[in-house]
Amino acid sequence: MRQRSRGVSSVSSPALVIGTVLRSAWRAGGILVVALVLVATMAGLISLLTLASGYDPIRALEAAWTGSLGTRYAVLSATLVRATPLILTGLAVTLAFTAGVMNIGAEGQLLAGATAAVAVGLAGGQSWGWVTLPLAVLSGGIAGALWAYVPAWLRRQFGVLEVISTIMMNFIAVYLVGYLVRGPLQEPLRIYPQSPSLPESARLPLLITGARLHWGFVVALVSAVLLWWALRSTAAGFRVRVLGGNPHAAHAAALIDVGKTSMRAFLLSGFLAGLAGAIEVTGVTYSLYENLSPGYGYTAIAVALVGSLNPLLTALSGVLFGALEAGASAMQRDAGIPSVLASVVEAVMMLLLIGVTRIRTPASVFSSLRFARREASLRGHGMETP
Amino acid sequence: MTDVAASFLDATIRTATPLALAALGETLVERAGLINIGLEGTIMAGAFGAVVVASHLGVPGAFATAAVAGLVSAFILGLLIITLRADPIVAGTALTLLALGATGLLYRVAFGTTGVALTIPTAPAVALPIVSALPIIGHALFVQPITTYFVYATIPALSWWLWRTQAGLSLRAVGENPAAAIAAGISPARVQWKALFFGGAFAGLSGGCLVVSQVGTFAEGMSAGRGFIAIAIVALGRWSPVGVAIAALLFGAVSALQFVFQSLGWKVPYQLFLALPYLLTLAALAGVAGRHTPPAALGRR
Repeated sequence: MRQRSRGVSSVSSPALVIGTVLRSAWRAGGILVVALVLVATMAGLISLLTLASGYDPIRALEAAWTGSLGTRYAVLSATLVRATPLILTGLAVTLAFTAGVMNIGAEGQLLAGATAAVAVGLAGGQSWGWVTLPLAVLSGGIAGALWAYVPAWLRRQFGVLEVISTIMMNFIAVYLVGYLVRGPLQEPLRIYPQSPSLPESARLPLLITGARLHWGFVVALVSAVLLWWALRSTAAGFRVRVLGGNPHAAHAAALIDVGKTSMRAFLLSGFLAGLAGAIEVTGVTYSLYENLSPGYGYTAIAVALVGSLNPLLTALSGVLFGALEAGASAMQRDAGIPSVLASVVEAVMMLLLIGVTRIRTPASVFSSLRFARREASLRGHGMETP
Repeated sequence: MTDVAASFLDATIRTATPLALAALGETLVERAGLINIGLEGTIMAGAFGAVVVASHLGVPGAFATAAVAGLVSAFILGLLIITLRADPIVAGTALTLLALGATGLLYRVAFGTTGVALTIPTAPAVALPIVSALPIIGHALFVQPITTYFVYATIPALSWWLWRTQAGLSLRAVGENPAAAIAAGISPARVQWKALFFGGAFAGLSGGCLVVSQVGTFAEGMSAGRGFIAIAIVALGRWSPVGVAIAALLFGAVSALQFVFQSLGWKVPYQLFLALPYLLTLAALAGVAGRHTPPAALGRR
C-alpha cells in the first residue's frame, strides 16, 4: 500500500492545480485574493445548486449578497453575528486537528456550553450584579470542556475512536437540552420548549449601536490571536504541534507526555466550543432551546479546513462562512430557496479542498489512535508505559 | 406480560434490521482495511433514493434505487480515500455532511419547501409458514418485512464467504497485511473498491429499509446517527458477521426498551430512551477497544 507512489498521475487534474494555488496563496499572504476566490467559489456553487434545483440563480445571488456582505447593516447584524460561533468552534476544531485529535463533537460541546451559561445566567439573575455575565460565559466554556472530557477520557483510557464518541456525545447533548427545556429549565408558563429569557445582567452588550453585533465577536477574535500565538510561540503549543506531527516520534523522543498533551488539547478544544455556545445564548438568543445551533459545530470542520488549521486564517474563514450562512438565510427569506443549501455548499467546498489539497490532519489520526490503544492496553495489563 | 415481551422482541428485530444491514456491509469494508466514516451519509443517500422512486416503482424499485444511491456515495468516498488517498476520517465526515445537506435540499425541492411528510408504499410484513407460529419468538422473528429475511440470509453467506473462500482470504489479507497481499499478486486497491461498493450498497439498503420497511416516510437527518452506531457495532461484533448481527440485536433491544417502559407506564423522561443507544455505543466502544484487535492495516494509507 505505502509502497505505491502517491497518485502522481492526478497532478495534471485542474482541481489539484487550484488547490495548490490556494495553499500557496494563503502562504504567500495573498489573503484577499484567496478570500475572493473562495467567495467566487461559494457564489458559483450557489448558482449551480439553485439552477439545478429550478430556482433563479440571479435572484438567489442578489438576495445572498444583500443579506451578507452587500450592506453595512448586513455585515454587522448578520454576517459577523453568524461568524462569531463559527470562529470559536472553528478554532476548537483547528486546535484539536492540529493535535491529531479528531474532535467532531463541537456541536455537542457548544450545546453543553449554552446550557451551562443559561443555567448560571438564570441562577445569578440580577442579584449577582455584573459578575453574572463573565461567570455564565466562563461556566459555558468549562461545560464544553467537561463534555469533551468524556470522549477524551474514553480515548485515553480505552483507545476509543473519538470521531464516533464525540458524535454520540452530540446526540446525547441534543436530547439533554430537549429534556431540560421541557423540564427543569422550561419557561414558567410551561408552554414553549425553551428556557426563560436571560436577565439583562447576563447578556453580552452590543458592540455598535444600531446593529446586532455583540462583544462575543471580539472574544472570538481575541481567542484566535491567543491560540495562534500559543501554538506558534509557547512550549505547550510546540508540544501540540509535535504531537500532531507524529505521536510515536514525540513519545520516543521522550520530550512529550503524549497522553497528557492530547488530553489538554481536547479539553481546550471543548472549552472553545463551549464558549461558542455560551456566547450564542448570552449574545444572540438570550434563551436555551433545541435548535439553537444550525449545525455550527459541523460547519466548524469546513471553517477549520478552509482556514488550513491556522487560527488567524480560521477566523477569516469563519467570517466567510458566516457570510455564506447569512446569505443563505436571506435567500430563504427573499427568494424562497431552502437555506439548507448552505450546508451543501459547505460540504462540496470541503470535498473539493480534500480532493485537491488532500488535506489531512497533520498526524495520521490512526497512528495517534493506535498509540492511545497501545498505551491503554499496557495500562490494562498493569504495566508502566515506557 | 407476554404481550409486552412479544412487542419488545418485535421492535428489537425491526430496529436492528437497518443497523445490521449497514454494519454487515461496513464489516467487509473494515476487513479490507478501510473505514467508511461516511456511513451515515450513505444511509441518508439510500433513504432519499428510496423515497424518491417508491411511489413510481414500488417497494422493489425503492430498494434497488437505495442500493444504487449507496453505490454512488461509496464511489465518491472511494475516489477520495482510495484514489486520492485523502484522510478517511475527514473525507467521510465531509461526505456525511454533503449527504445530509443534499438530501435535505433535494427533498424540499422535490416535495415542497415545508418538507411535508409524504406517504409511500411500504414493505409489508411477511409471515413465514410454520416457524412464525412458534410461541413468543415466532411472530417477532418470522413476521417481518423482506429486509429482515435478507439480513438472516446474509449473515451465514457473508461468514462463509469471508472465512471459506479465496476471495474472502484476499480481502482479509488486504486488511491485515497489504504488503503480503501485494506479494501474493492481489491488488489492494481493487479489493478495497469492491469492498467499499459492497458496503455502500448495504448502507444504501439500510437507508431504504429505514424508509420503506420501518418509518414509511422521509425526514431530514432521519438516519439519526445510525451510521456511526453501525461503525461501533462492527467493533463490538469483532469484525465478524455473526458477532455483528448479535451486536446489532443488542442495539435493537436497547432502542426497543422505550416501548416496554411506555407500556409499563414508567415515568421516565422519554429523552433518556432516545439517548440510550448513543450511551450504549460509548459503553460498548469502551468495553471493546483494546481487547479485540481490529484488522491490522485498518485506516492506514
